[in-house]
Amino acid sequence: MKHATIRPRVRVPKTVAKGEIFEVKTLVVHTMETGLRKDKKTGQPIPRNIIRELKVTYNGRQVLRSVWYTAMSANPFTSFFVRAQDSGPMVFTWTDDNNQTYTKEMTVKVV
Amino acid sequence: MTATTSQPQYKHKLHRRDVLGIAGAGTIALIAAPTRAYATVAEVQEKIDALSAGIPPREDSRLVINLPEIAENGGSVPLKVSVESPMSKTEFVEAVHIFAEENPFPQVSSYFFSPGNGKAAFSLRMRLAKSQNVIVVAKLNTGESWIGRKAVKVTIGGCGG
Repeated sequence: MKHATIRPRVRVPKTVAKGEIFEVKTLVVHTMETGLRKDKKTGQPIPRNIIRELKVTYNGRQVLRSVWYTAMSANPFTSFFVRAQDSGPMVFTWTDDNNQTYTKEMTVKVV
Repeated sequence: MTATTSQPQYKHKLHRRDVLGIAGAGTIALIAAPTRAYATVAEVQEKIDALSAGIPPREDSRLVINLPEIAENGGSVPLKVSVESPMSKTEFVEAVHIFAEENPFPQVSSYFFSPGNGKAAFSLRMRLAKSQNVIVVAKLNTGESWIGRKAVKVTIGGCGG
């Protein structure tokens, strides 16, 4: 149920020209628990739970793979670039330490 | 805390002397017992050597690192990296790796690119435990790698407990 409340946010331009290099911005709400903090009441370490990987495909082909470690900030934001080829889906998949995945699909419209 | 138990008459009262004593002990404990040792510069160098597979990375002006000189909040330090490359099928940036020399865990992130990106550039927000160097290594498909360093001053560390 937890994942139902978390909606990753992605921004791509509404339309792009063929061959244009456009920026993609992404943000997920996630605590990115480092595993270094301790529970103040019990003194027990809080287990690590971070998003380890972001994969992005565009028309079925991978355009980005990004591996994240504990040093990524909470609510990780990232942006990168893609060269426009044809109109089609861009699919984002984030995976965290609990093997929970967050996905988002956007449509890239090439004009 | 032990002071109050050895002096039962003060059990329910907090005395200035005791408070100061507790506060002092707390500070010493924080300094003496960090939760995890910080990474070392040598450890990071080892990881970089492993990445570059025999060809030592060299500094190149085509690798541009954008970081604030002073980060007020170590929990969220904006980083922008761009690598000048044609990003063609024959010449492109394969990967960019980021390290923070003195974080508890030095690896920050690795980004893997392909010619389909058109441009090897990205941004993210990272945690920095204290003032230190951030190292960026860009690996090209030719086997060559470029390295860049940037010092960041951190006002409040960002790695929790």
